[in-house]
Amino acid sequence: MADSILAIVEQREGKLNRVSWETLTAGQALAAETGWTLEAAGVGSGVTSFANEIAAKKVAKVYAIESPKLEPYTPDAFAAALKQFIASKQPRLVLMPHTYQVRDFVPKLATAMDRTAISDCIGYKKDGEKLLFTRQMFQGKLAADVSFNCDAPWFVTFQNGAFRGDKVEAGAAAAPIETVNIEIADGVVRNKPQEVFKEAKQAVDLTQAEIIVSVGRGIKEQKNIELAKQLAEALGGELAASRPICDSGWLPMDRQIGSSGQTVAPKLYLALGISGAIQHIVGMKGARTIIAINKDSEAPIFEIADYAVVGNLFDIVPPLIEEVKKAKAGG
Amino acid sequence: MKILVCMKQVPQKDAPLKLNESGTWIREDVSYEVNEPDAFALEEALRQKEKHSGEVVVITAGPARAQQVLREALAKGADRAIHLEDNAFVGLDASNTARAFAAAIKDEKFDLIFTGLQSDDYGFAQTGVVLAELLGWPHATIIMQIEKTDAGIRVKRELEAGYFQFVDMPLPAVLTIQSGINKLRYATLIGIKQAKNKPLRKVTLAEVQSAIGANMQKIERLYIPQKTKNTEFLEGSSAEVAKKLVEKLRNEVHVL
Repeated sequence: MADSILAIVEQREGKLNRVSWETLTAGQALAAETGWTLEAAGVGSGVTSFANEIAAKKVAKVYAIESPKLEPYTPDAFAAALKQFIASKQPRLVLMPHTYQVRDFVPKLATAMDRTAISDCIGYKKDGEKLLFTRQMFQGKLAADVSFNCDAPWFVTFQNGAFRGDKVEAGAAAAPIETVNIEIADGVVRNKPQEVFKEAKQAVDLTQAEIIVSVGRGIKEQKNIELAKQLAEALGGELAASRPICDSGWLPMDRQIGSSGQTVAPKLYLALGISGAIQHIVGMKGARTIIAINKDSEAPIFEIADYAVVGNLFDIVPPLIEEVKKAKAGG
Repeated sequence: MKILVCMKQVPQKDAPLKLNESGTWIREDVSYEVNEPDAFALEEALRQKEKHSGEVVVITAGPARAQQVLREALAKGADRAIHLEDNAFVGLDASNTARAFAAAIKDEKFDLIFTGLQSDDYGFAQTGVVLAELLGWPHATIIMQIEKTDAGIRVKRELEAGYFQFVDMPLPAVLTIQSGINKLRYATLIGIKQAKNKPLRKVTLAEVQSAIGANMQKIERLYIPQKTKNTEFLEGSSAEVAKKLVEKLRNEVHVL
């Protein structure tokens, strides 16, 4: 069997999770690098519509892995189905996006197959014949190149934004689609999931904001958020926050930016007292311009900032508000 | 309810990290603290015990310094602790750590096992899920709420972009707990005193050696990330910096 890469895409109710395009881009890049064949697969029940979308891209083949027991998603069903499929196809590399759903089942799947997953990777390198996968460690302060020390299949999950979904190559012709019906025995699925729902009434859609002023733990106390609010107002922007601020109830959940909250790509993202933990960065690294103010010169946020101020936000923000107001008044 | 909480000691959030000589790990001369998601997992376990009575046991795998995490947990109200004590545990990957835990608890009968959703050092988010598979238990991840039901538990899973999902599960089960699920308590002085008398079982590497194997993945190189951005640092007094920022906002960012 030819060496292959299997990119597993994610869908919900027949619609492709956009991050799946990034996984395909990664697969195409790795296929070009290694000379291995890229194939794609989706998992669910009655979900051939997404298969057509993927087949339009440059992949050798698309598999629709089907079973009524795969809807709704449960880790038991997904791990069982994919274990069967991967055992029969024997790809060398299995790629997935590092979504909450993938995190929920891929360590189980890998363990069931006596393998391991290198998760939340931001890229890859080739070291001679060996493939190394790069991941952030210590909340982004350091990076690690990690290799597999076991046989294939090798499981890799990629971080949101590690590859460009819009750079996925189209195929010259539609790839063949094969439906694979999987048998999942009764009693395998133990969880009973209910309907997915949204909790916070979305009072503000941060994804539409052009300017965002965001606060992190460096704001120290709830009453200090007023300062950030004044800056946001002076700039004509929206107020947002990293997770700990929302967990403490200092700002409502719909102001949260990060993997659990909103992902934004505004014209300007002003980060006040935000260290730059990975779970936050994935929600805002697409911003056109990032300005960070933090008193810790080692804060990972400075890795992605366009303009950086190492200093005390309480000293800097008040004169900044005044200067912004002056500039807006025509000064 | 008998609950096991898996906890990890990690370098403090603002600890300055230095690479070791071989460039494969950090120099260990930093300050350590409990992995924050694990602190939330412990808090949740303590609250479940307060509601439904039972026992909370904490476990960690690491050098002698990791005992601190267990002591703090006992001071907060955990009933007993298990310390897989050896420097070698620091180098084990998630799969092996889970195997070591499974071996250490093989004679126990827990209803629930909690882990934090991921660690602040590796950020793998795998140990809990691997452990569930090794034990043959159902699991759920990134949990924000746990309620007891007749058939087991009902948990609230956090999904991306503000979505949630309730899931009914049988017991025993493994749950990985999301930060912010609750508010962390402080250990009281009485708690700290009582902790000294609570059982702390030490487990050696030799006792679990047969359960673990070679790591299936290897950190070839650890390094300071290469900057892809050209960051311009603005310096000066606060007044000067404010003016510089406005100049950038006007001329470069075009928002003024």
